[in-house]
Amino acid sequence: MSIKINESPYEERVQQGIENDFMRLAVSSAQGRFRSRKRIQETELGNWEDWRQLGAEIRKHTVENLDYYLQQLSDQVSKRGGHVFFAATAEEANDYIQNVIRKKEAKKVVKTKSMVTEEIGLNRALESLGAEVVESDLGEWILQLDEDPPSHIVVPALHKNKEQIRETFAEKRGYTGSDIPEELADFARSQLREEFLTAEVGITGCNFAIAESGTITLVTNEGNAEMATTLPDTLITVMGMERIVPTWEEMEVLVSLLTRSAVGQKLTSYITSYTGARLDDEIDGPDDYHLVIVDNGRSKILGTEFQAALHCIRCAACINACPVYRHVGGHAYNSIYPGPIGAVLTPLLDGYENHKELPYASSLCGACTEACPVKIPLHEMLIRHRQIIVEKEKQAPMVEKMAMKGFAKWSSSPAVYKLSTKMARLALNPWTKDDIIGNGPGPLKDWTNSRNFPAPSKQSFRSWYKEREKSGEE
Amino acid sequence: MTIQNREAFLDGLAANLGRPRRTEGVKRPIWSVTPQLEVLKGQTQDELIEALEKQCQAIHTVFKRTDKAGLEQVLEDTIQAYKGQSIIAPNDQRNDVYGLTNLFKKLEQSTEIHIWDHTKEKENQVFAERADLGITFSDITLAESATVTLFHNKHHGRTISLLPKAYIAIIPKETIVPRMTQAAQQIHEAIVKGEDVASYISFISGPSNSADIEMNLIVGVHGPISATYIVVD
Repeated sequence: MSIKINESPYEERVQQGIENDFMRLAVSSAQGRFRSRKRIQETELGNWEDWRQLGAEIRKHTVENLDYYLQQLSDQVSKRGGHVFFAATAEEANDYIQNVIRKKEAKKVVKTKSMVTEEIGLNRALESLGAEVVESDLGEWILQLDEDPPSHIVVPALHKNKEQIRETFAEKRGYTGSDIPEELADFARSQLREEFLTAEVGITGCNFAIAESGTITLVTNEGNAEMATTLPDTLITVMGMERIVPTWEEMEVLVSLLTRSAVGQKLTSYITSYTGARLDDEIDGPDDYHLVIVDNGRSKILGTEFQAALHCIRCAACINACPVYRHVGGHAYNSIYPGPIGAVLTPLLDGYENHKELPYASSLCGACTEACPVKIPLHEMLIRHRQIIVEKEKQAPMVEKMAMKGFAKWSSSPAVYKLSTKMARLALNPWTKDDIIGNGPGPLKDWTNSRNFPAPSKQSFRSWYKEREKSGEE
Repeated sequence: MTIQNREAFLDGLAANLGRPRRTEGVKRPIWSVTPQLEVLKGQTQDELIEALEKQCQAIHTVFKRTDKAGLEQVLEDTIQAYKGQSIIAPNDQRNDVYGLTNLFKKLEQSTEIHIWDHTKEKENQVFAERADLGITFSDITLAESATVTLFHNKHHGRTISLLPKAYIAIIPKETIVPRMTQAAQQIHEAIVKGEDVASYISFISGPSNSADIEMNLIVGVHGPISATYIVVD
């Protein structure tokens, strides 16, 4: 039970990803579409950098005052008839939720897509009680029927094609129709409608909790979150402790950033904001409401140089921009949080031990940092992870450690990096032999003392990437 | 209601943040930029309606515009276009003001009409589940994203706009604002004044949809399969 998906080694997972032609095609086409849609929205606003700045300021202030806002949130939820449970660990969260399910003698639980419940392994904990857990997001439901882990935060079943989905429906649910997506979705609608109507308990994640009123906001397109928060009599929200904003005004800004960055929509079809239990004489909604606030390793990040990783709003824009993800796919990361944010967050939450390859699953091109709507310096954090791994694991000689520090400084300023990679080929000519630098100058010196450094390519990756973006290649 | 494990949890966060616990006095800073206030700034109500109409195309929603006198006819036509044999609507004061009550009386012969009645408890949901059409007013309408905002209460169940096959939103012109910013401000100001926020606020932009199968857009998943907005001058 953890963030980790399985035990297979990193090299094997990467190889599997690279050999999976359908997945690679699906991923690169999805990345292209997501990115171009996001760009259209950015251009239309015209002042995207101001939006990013505002997003970054809101996240920074909120996380710096997390104790204050969580206190306000829990007071408000309690006032509105809800129970609040603060869970330090995954086990505590699961135990509490299991207790609720036991008391209700619930046989069926319907869930909406939630990364944190994946992270704490909630489904297995509930199934161990004999309760049936139904994922209601279409992509998640497909994966659940097939017992397959998600490979993308926003489109979890991205790695599956419609024929595979048809087979899954036929095998698991007796579906006899075609592989036309509309027909598949219509079948899922009727199957899941029945589940919504018969589930005793609904469980949702949380995009943004609003401290001032104790409100939980969910962002969806399918309407499954509205179903799960409306039909069952008991409702449980599970939230990572940092997924909070001070007021409705900040929620609004972050939702605007999230929907644009995640799927290039101005807003998704449903933004659902619910507060506590249903009021007197209301028919829809839960009469018993629980909010579970989960730490599970997050608090260790507070007060460290990685604190900004907690600013993440889970939009996956960094994933959609990442050239490494494009080639290896989500499963290679072996974490429910893939891509650049996954490579930053996973070792922080689950330790370096099992995830020390992840910070290296990056070209350090900085496309993730540029894409992030709340300006998390992702590639700089990856460099810092590498430094720590090298220092801690003592896998490289001291000289390499020194070189990495120089490299970080050199590459952390985009202007310097851009200029120097362009200049580097020319400048390094005197030290280059057969495209290999054996005895480099400046920051490269310590490195090349212990190993050779490849000469910068004629076209730098960043300029290649920029041009490809311009040409609209998908 | 109960709050468990809070003090140790929050004390721990404060300790990691390297400072004493903050239990009061935290103020939101003045943000250095406010781009959200620039969107559709200074536009007239008619210009906002244009923006709304344009965005309706992007969200697969039929856009209609009429005035109070014309609403009954436009609504009847829309109901017919959806072949609506069963209709559910909230018990809203505006039903009378905008002539819906009259129209429903007229349609009663051929159509099942259910007005939300909390004394009938779950019967409301059962009707909504099999209804062809849900019809509600928009409380705040966001031009930029073509979004209707619904404040649910005991007279306006959440299932009305959710379970039926199609959804019709009636949008009084004066409910239209540039974007979600203005809706959030209204809600925030009410909270500051000490008002209780509605237990459920939905921001709905067109019919439900999904791109989970090979990234193909499928319109109509769990919620309504189609939607029409009627702006009333």
